[in-house]
Amino acid sequence: MGLLRVMVVGGAVIAALVGGVAVHAARSNRENQEKLGRALIIGGGVVVPAFALAALLVWSLPMMTAFRAPGDGLRIEVSGEQWWWRVRYWPEGAETPIETANLIVLPAGERTEIVLDSPDVIHSFWIPALAGKVDMIPGRRTRLVVEPQEPAELRGQCAEFCGTSHALMSFPVEVVPAAAFAGWLEREAAHAAAAEPGPAEAGAELFSALGCGGCHNVRGTGADGVIGPDLTHFASRPSIGAGTLPNEPEALRLWLATTGKVKPDVMMPSFGMLGAPELDALIAYLAGLR
Amino acid sequence: MSGEHDAADRAHREAQAERLLAAWRTPTGWRYWSAVNNSEVGAWYTVAAFVFFLFAGVLALLVRVQLAVPSNDFLSADVYNQAFTLHGTVMMFLFAVPIFEAFSILILPQILASRDLPFPRLSAYGFWSFVIGGVFVCGSIFFGAAPDAGWFMYPPLTTDLEQSGIGTDIWLLGLSFIEVASIAAAIELIVGVLKCRPPGMRINFMPLYAWYVLVVGGMILFAFPPLIAGDLLFEMERAFDWPFFDPERGGDPLLWQHLFWIFGHPEVYIIFLPAIALVAMIVPTFAQRPIFGYSWVVLAAVGTGFLSFGLWVHHMYATGLPAISIGFFSAASEAVVIPTGVQIFVFIATLLTGRVIFSTPLLFIAGALAIFLIGGLTGVMVALAPFDWQAHDTYFVVAHLHYVLIGGMLFPIVAGFYYYFPLVTGKKLSDRLGRTAFWLMFSGFNIAFLPMHLTGLRGMPRRVFTYPEGLGWDTLNMVSTVGAFIFAAGILVVLLDVMRPKRRQPYAERNPWNAGTLEWLCEMPGKPWGVRSIPLVTSRYPLWEQANFVRDVDEGRFFLPDAEEGERETLVTSVLDAEGVQCLRVPGPTFLTMAAAVFTGGVFIFATYHWYAATAVSGVLALASIIAWLWTGTAVIPEKDEKHIGHGRTLPLYMSGPRSVGWWAMCITMIGDMTAFFSLVFTYFFFWTVNPSFPPEAAPGPGVLWPAVALAMLIGAWALTTMARRWNARDRVLSLRAGLALAIVLAAASMGALVFGVRGTGLDPTASSYGATVWVLILWLAAHVAVGSVMQAYCIARSMAGKLTGKWDIEIRNVSLYWHFLAFTAAATTAVIALFPLVD
Repeated sequence: MGLLRVMVVGGAVIAALVGGVAVHAARSNRENQEKLGRALIIGGGVVVPAFALAALLVWSLPMMTAFRAPGDGLRIEVSGEQWWWRVRYWPEGAETPIETANLIVLPAGERTEIVLDSPDVIHSFWIPALAGKVDMIPGRRTRLVVEPQEPAELRGQCAEFCGTSHALMSFPVEVVPAAAFAGWLEREAAHAAAAEPGPAEAGAELFSALGCGGCHNVRGTGADGVIGPDLTHFASRPSIGAGTLPNEPEALRLWLATTGKVKPDVMMPSFGMLGAPELDALIAYLAGLR
Repeated sequence: MSGEHDAADRAHREAQAERLLAAWRTPTGWRYWSAVNNSEVGAWYTVAAFVFFLFAGVLALLVRVQLAVPSNDFLSADVYNQAFTLHGTVMMFLFAVPIFEAFSILILPQILASRDLPFPRLSAYGFWSFVIGGVFVCGSIFFGAAPDAGWFMYPPLTTDLEQSGIGTDIWLLGLSFIEVASIAAAIELIVGVLKCRPPGMRINFMPLYAWYVLVVGGMILFAFPPLIAGDLLFEMERAFDWPFFDPERGGDPLLWQHLFWIFGHPEVYIIFLPAIALVAMIVPTFAQRPIFGYSWVVLAAVGTGFLSFGLWVHHMYATGLPAISIGFFSAASEAVVIPTGVQIFVFIATLLTGRVIFSTPLLFIAGALAIFLIGGLTGVMVALAPFDWQAHDTYFVVAHLHYVLIGGMLFPIVAGFYYYFPLVTGKKLSDRLGRTAFWLMFSGFNIAFLPMHLTGLRGMPRRVFTYPEGLGWDTLNMVSTVGAFIFAAGILVVLLDVMRPKRRQPYAERNPWNAGTLEWLCEMPGKPWGVRSIPLVTSRYPLWEQANFVRDVDEGRFFLPDAEEGERETLVTSVLDAEGVQCLRVPGPTFLTMAAAVFTGGVFIFATYHWYAATAVSGVLALASIIAWLWTGTAVIPEKDEKHIGHGRTLPLYMSGPRSVGWWAMCITMIGDMTAFFSLVFTYFFFWTVNPSFPPEAAPGPGVLWPAVALAMLIGAWALTTMARRWNARDRVLSLRAGLALAIVLAAASMGALVFGVRGTGLDPTASSYGATVWVLILWLAAHVAVGSVMQAYCIARSMAGKLTGKWDIEIRNVSLYWHFLAFTAAATTAVIALFPLVD
């Protein structure tokens, strides 16, 4: 960012100058310095800062509009919820959104509009590498526009304190070429893969019997909850619990068995009462939700 | 002959000094705690604020230990959230602002060569309130019940009763209590500066410290009330479900952010300017010349004060506000660089034109300047919205705010400690320990906070209890933690230096730094009377510029060298020219103020736990002790009309109306009160602006009829109060009493009409933000009417006791002044709630 570099260098020069003048002033014992003193107050205190700041404002403020200009067509609605991200893709002309959670995939080279809100408390949506942060405020809809240039794997996170596990509310961001994005979106729109026979099938039954579907949606199955994250393509996401753990079988076991310990005050109950075979089955089922 | 005359003269002076000492003697034994004199209260206040600082510092160290390594489990998320919230809260509300008031109570009278502040018992009340409220807020963490949502407490996280427990109520009520004490101290200090200067000290001779006290006191008066109003709305939502911040019922979480930051931004300057005031006292001393550019500093301080109220939105850039308002606030935020820069360059110019003596206080000032400069430059950066969107709520901002506050406040405060320590205890602190402390603090601070800029730019948000490894934050955080402990070691050295026994150390010589301002008239050790006689001041640096000044003061050749009647007396002078207008008798030691503070504290503390019966009892006791304190300690009728104060001058002992300190205090209090009222009116129009259905179509009431009837009756009560003042002036005692009694009845009827009339329309405060806002305005008015009625009843009682007459009329004049403001509040409330819906 050019602005940062200019400000850091400029700031360092100013700090060195003022510091130097101060040291000189303290050491100098020359008489009749009144004229110089007055010049310092007027020049250093008023004239120089007035011009420098005016220039800085004129140069930097127009940058704001770039973050807010309209997007190219794709719109993503992100809702910050304690402590995860509900994500809805609205391709141009779509009538219903494609819902996913805790992962944002963006097409490279396009301007994507992101619309933000929250049903519970104030969160702040921030992908440091792409744009500044914008708050997600209950009762309001805020927006920002991002335009990532190159494919990349990035990280985003909540920047406004939002309760006990605010620290554990991040999300992976994948910037992919436009063609790959179209493919990803198509897969994401599809229903969940049917559970394979074996442990995964047992896991699916357990998932249903434990009532997981009361909170989670797995499209194409009976699970149609709307309280927690959509799990339709859970296995294709790189992390568990909104960036809390990597999406690996052992981490998933830890998550399922000690949810509230991994992520304090999380709404999901722990399933520590399940035996190892049952956990294995659940993990197998979830790992199949590609 | 002349020898005999000299001996008689000396004996006369010694007798004077003895009487003066007897009047001002500090109580001993357990009665010591009943002292109200500024030198005791100011010292306790300073120590208490410093203890809270150490407590919050320990919390910061816990936070740093937790963040030293990634995925740490030293603190749980819950404890961490309480620790950082309490760290910020305590540093801001229990250290940064109070330390200014504490220090000022301690040294302002000395700087003005006054014997005490005009309302010593008010200072004592403020101090005890501060201690009680502070212990209540800090103690909560030991019960796991501390506030845990960050020091700015954004709703709806904090209005959700399941997620935010008693800690939030402790924050709201405990701090409201302390804020009231802060405002009380501010009023005291403003009146002190305006009315208690020595004769001859025209306003342009005032020491710069006094100017800063005036500016900062004024800022407190306009900045704290919006927060108190916000706290009121907040607590009404938490306790009674009035939906000010609930978007589903027409509320808006952003309202709190506006009210909080309208307070919160000036707060930064309320913290920063007093520290600069210390710099403005210390730099001329060590440059051995008057400040270079007195008027520039004064203009810059006043300018900073004004500008600081136009910047609050820069804390809200990320909330999606329109670009045009962000642009405006960006520009305003940058503009504050100019007065700040002027102040810094005035100090540099003073050093340049003077002959500098290097010393420990000056070393801390140099460190302050270096650190603050960096904080100021990063401030220029975050004031620009496009950059702030990146830096906001990250460790960059954590670094920025600590550079500003530690450079702009803590280092000057420590400089002030080293500079003023002899004034308070008669002994100097150690130069060697001071230098050690400085280098530990300076290096530790930069090691801790400089890397945080980078941590923030690399994306680490603030207020996270842990972070995963491998994001480029690990080493930086470890370095910051090490730096924090080095910094803490420096503080510890300062503490050791202050605490080490100094019994064998000789007293410092008088005026040890060869300063030019009045506080250095102080003898080593100091006497409770402050100055032997109150001097006539004809210059800005009398100790340098007025011949034989110290000798004349010491020999009692100026004013009030004696306490013939054994009373505590100080001079009241006119606001601009400091011509003597009154010899003010200030009250002495009492436990009443402590009792009043304990019971007032009870009101807030019991309300926190919803023990409303105990709250009511405590409230009644608080009222009783305040009335007892007023009855015995204020508007005392003197045994004679006037007295000689020396130099053939005579001043009245009793004064009421616009020339008296009490009238000024009432007027200033009511200005603060108006600010809180306007914050509530702002709430109404804020909702009207952001919410297209405000007032909602379906809202019943409040209607025009009942508010109009209520207003008519209240105006009647006001008119009667005004008439009562005139009747009293003509000693028409019965008219006075009957008029006031009728006014009380009318006021009660008025509030009855308003409350029951509007209730009859079915307007429900819990149904919508509209109902809640109308009702909170009514509640505000009713509470003020209740206070006004108590005042009227007090006047009736004083009249019947013969303490209020046509000649001795302080009470009725102040009460009628209160009622002028009350009548305005009533008219404005009616216009807003009853008439505005008609035009809309």
